[in-house]
Amino acid sequence: MSDIRDVRKALATRILEGGGRAPKPLRRAAFDNAGLSEPLLTLVDMVAKRAHAIADDDVAAARASGLSEDQIFEVLVCAAVGQATRQYDAALAALDAATRKE
Amino acid sequence: MRLAILDSGHGFWAKALFAFIRAVSRQPTPEALKLIAYRPDFFGTHSKKITHEAMRGSSVWSVGDRELMAAFVSTANECDYCIKAHSAVSARAYQDAAKVSATLSDLETAPIGEPLRATLRLLRKLTLEHSVDAEDMRAVLVAGASREQVEDALAVAFAFNAMNRLADAFRFSVPGPDAFEAGAKFLLARGYR
Repeated sequence: MSDIRDVRKALATRILEGGGRAPKPLRRAAFDNAGLSEPLLTLVDMVAKRAHAIADDDVAAARASGLSEDQIFEVLVCAAVGQATRQYDAALAALDAATRKE
Repeated sequence: MRLAILDSGHGFWAKALFAFIRAVSRQPTPEALKLIAYRPDFFGTHSKKITHEAMRGSSVWSVGDRELMAAFVSTANECDYCIKAHSAVSARAYQDAAKVSATLSDLETAPIGEPLRATLRLLRKLTLEHSVDAEDMRAVLVAGASREQVEDALAVAFAFNAMNRLADAFRFSVPGPDAFEAGAKFLLARGYR
């Protein structure tokens, strides 16, 4: 069986707790898709729910709010990994529920 | 790319690698590589390990199956770049492009086994609805996939549910089929390390 448990945790720890250009609370908020204000509220939610519909203007709005490209890079990575993590955790919990011995 | 740093902000060694790849493949530097190679300490190094383990680590699923799952998740996410990239790898791994296109266009009639079909159904629901329940899981297990196979498929889904979002958020430009063929050849020979 392939095993991504440890490296998945290591990735989350790195992007949330390690050094970066964006403040840690902002990275955490992007990962959780919670507690953000505009323009990141919209952009991060789009990354989580309909990334294919993101337009240049959505990213330009983040830049215009004063974020550097490196900060936007980090925020979007956190948003994408956060949503993939919630999906993965929900699926594993469902798998555990389905295979639990009565 | 929407961020200039992902096009031209890389360090010396990454730029040298890009130049080498362009010379050997006679194709543009793959957008996915530009992302992975940008400040790899932040995202790329761990991300590569996850993708390599999910796609090439030990599993009952074949490489073709897992590349098909990647293309299928990418289809649910409407990520054009990743659909094309991983359809090409799956087609080459299976040596059967028709099977890949049939699966992406109609899962229910595709010429694939029931465990894989049920697993892809699950991955589509997880990708579109962000959640699945125990009943969905039981349906996959009843179709003949083992618990380990489901976990392996979820690892593929994790990798591509993250990467699809980034490909679209950063707007990977989509090259022609020759570039994806060259990429597929490379990814089958070397994996994602």
